[in-house]
Amino acid sequence: MKKTKVNQAHHLLKGKMVEFCGWELPVQFSGLSAEHLAVRTTGGIFDVSHMGEIFFTGKQALAAIQHLTSNNAAKLEPGKIHYSGLLTEKGCFVDDLLVHMMTENEYLLVVNAANLDKDFKWMKEKAGHFDVKIEDRSPGYTQIAIQGPLAIKLLAEFTDIDLDAIGYYHFVTGKVSGLDMIVSRTGYTGEDGFEIYFISDEEKATRLLLDLVEKGKRYDIVPAGLGARDTLRLEAKMALYGNDIDDAHTVLEADLAWILKLQKGDFIGREALQKQKEEGLRRKLVGFEMIDKGIARHGYPVYVDNREYSVVTSGTFAPFLKKAIGMTYLPIDRCAIGTEFLVGIRDKQALAQVIETPFYKSDKKSV
Amino acid sequence: MNIADFRFTKEHEWVGAEGDVAGIGISDYAQKELGDVVYVELPALGDRVSQGSACANIESVKAVSDIYAPVSGEVIEINEALEGKPELINQSPYHDGWICKIKMDNPAELDKLMDKAAYDEYLKGILED
Repeated sequence: MKKTKVNQAHHLLKGKMVEFCGWELPVQFSGLSAEHLAVRTTGGIFDVSHMGEIFFTGKQALAAIQHLTSNNAAKLEPGKIHYSGLLTEKGCFVDDLLVHMMTENEYLLVVNAANLDKDFKWMKEKAGHFDVKIEDRSPGYTQIAIQGPLAIKLLAEFTDIDLDAIGYYHFVTGKVSGLDMIVSRTGYTGEDGFEIYFISDEEKATRLLLDLVEKGKRYDIVPAGLGARDTLRLEAKMALYGNDIDDAHTVLEADLAWILKLQKGDFIGREALQKQKEEGLRRKLVGFEMIDKGIARHGYPVYVDNREYSVVTSGTFAPFLKKAIGMTYLPIDRCAIGTEFLVGIRDKQALAQVIETPFYKSDKKSV
Repeated sequence: MNIADFRFTKEHEWVGAEGDVAGIGISDYAQKELGDVVYVELPALGDRVSQGSACANIESVKAVSDIYAPVSGEVIEINEALEGKPELINQSPYHDGWICKIKMDNPAELDKLMDKAAYDEYLKGILED
């Protein structure tokens, strides 16, 4: 298993380590629910160094990115970020990602750990003909996410950067604890918070993480693992590649029309999506909650009109909302709020209903 | 029922017998491994169970765990308190977190199970891995 630069910190903090996408990472420290609730009320500190950092540099960096992705990168400015899709010709997902504009000729694309190699190959193959250098700089980067209402207070103790001035989905570069960093106001939890990216050695990176955890105690901010990361993003209705989005469902079907800018110019998948928009969708991703007792989980069958139609893409017992929620694809005429359907849970069929999403929304204005 | 008299399975269920009635639950190690229990699917009264077959389900936030009947017999009592407070299994795995009571077909089946000392040894082996 690969180890992130802060691996020693996880062992010192007695994290329960597991293998994830070839990396040794903590699934939890104090407990899944405790960490989840901490992020919603105070804060949590996550090692997300397994994510991929791919840089596009050159005169045609923007053109290459526009060709590869669904959102309109021409609308970005230095310091701005947007969520986007790396699409197939059918308008489905190779991956979802964040596009950061560093300068006019340099962009940072942050992709899922599970898809890093696939994405990099795809990008070079499909956009290599542009005047652009595409580099995978992931091995060098450590990435730490500090998420929660008090994240800004904790991070402020480590930097002179004016964190308040960084708007949601914006970033700056500057020094944190003496190290050069990209500090972005993004996250995968539905809370306010920051993700910091830096290149450093194991000793400094581990020291920083341990310092964050130590100072975090003052705010009841705790180290958090992959388990809480998953329940948090699900409560906030954020998609997970491999579950809710994949190469078999389009951007529109995945309820992500807001990252699709058909008017921006040509890009891979545009034709298919334009056609689908005109013809209308046949199915769509919805959020649901259980009515009958039981927890719907990833892969459980979903029944419409007594026939197995799809599967639960993501599902859990939400620790903050304290109810069983999930997502699934339903026929387009069954997507209205309140529509009921059945989920197969072991030998029973349990009733569920479509509800509004996101399941949880932070009341903090910054998010 | 005194924990010292309990018998344990390799799947971390405990059995506490009073006459031919066996109370069952999961061990402290098991509840820690599961994390916060959020839902328990209890067997139905009158259900017949056989030693080693799944008789209940415990769900934590992240996973579902089958509970295997440590002894064969008929379910004569279920802990309905778990329906409203599944966390009793975390808080009190050996007492308030009991799952059900089985009228044993064959109390001799208990002999196949580990006593507390053997279970503690077994746990040591697991934790050392």
